[in-house]
Amino acid sequence: MAKTNLVAFFSGVLFSIGLGISGMTQPQKVIGFLDVFGAWDLSLTFVMVGGIASYLVLQSAIQRRFPTPVLASVFQIPTRKDIDRNLIFGALLFGIGWGLGGYCPGPALTSLGSGSISAVLFVVAMGIGMFLADRVVVPPLAPAPAKN
Amino acid sequence: MVEFEVTMPLLGGVLIGVASAMLLLFSGRIAGISGIFGGMLFQQGSERTWRSAFVAGLIGGGVGLYGISPELFANTSERGFGMVAFAGLLVGIGTRIGGGCTSGHGVCGIGRLSMRSIVATVTFVLAGIALVAFVQPFYL
Repeated sequence: MAKTNLVAFFSGVLFSIGLGISGMTQPQKVIGFLDVFGAWDLSLTFVMVGGIASYLVLQSAIQRRFPTPVLASVFQIPTRKDIDRNLIFGALLFGIGWGLGGYCPGPALTSLGSGSISAVLFVVAMGIGMFLADRVVVPPLAPAPAKN
Repeated sequence: MVEFEVTMPLLGGVLIGVASAMLLLFSGRIAGISGIFGGMLFQQGSERTWRSAFVAGLIGGGVGLYGISPELFANTSERGFGMVAFAGLLVGIGTRIGGGCTSGHGVCGIGRLSMRSIVATVTFVLAGIALVAFVQPFYL
């Protein structure tokens, strides 16, 4: 139990270093990456390339060689394959928020460590948004329950 | 197009991939930050504890990075506090409904060739590009 928390902590530390050195914690670099029709800054494309390529190789090696995780009984990996309305609608809202603020969740949390007021506001609002999504937004989007 | 960097973003991306693979190898979990943050807020017991430890690691890493090189957190985007808060609200709602963000869908999901994650990533990147194309002229 304590070991999985330690692993999670160090994974978080490593993750934040990756975000920081790559430029993801600088909102104007994120906005520059999305500004394809303006002053386009390609840099962050290589974060995606490096992240996806290394994870692709490592996760397939892990899945091949380890029947179970080292410290847990099962791999908890999403199995859904359907492309539903929530996936698209949610991704659209996220993309809009990402472009507006220049932060996605990881860099915003990492930037809390710099004492940035923007990051604090973003993270608090993100928590409120998640709460609202569970209570207010998702229920009407969910398929109507079958009538008895 | 402006001048761009390759080495540090690529290296940073690899660190992100390694950190995510580490969580998978030891705990069998996907390193999706929005899911981890949401679980930390809304779940109980050990489900909450490991997520809190991960978030503490992210923030602790941020503290260390800021100590070594504060310019990594330079913010010249000129987005006002109200705009940033509104953006956070949209990101919270969107990632919760869409089941992930840049890490869970973008890195881990595409890294296992999940069609849902590929569709989500293409959608949020295109939405971000469209938004910036529309909004950025007002910031020049």
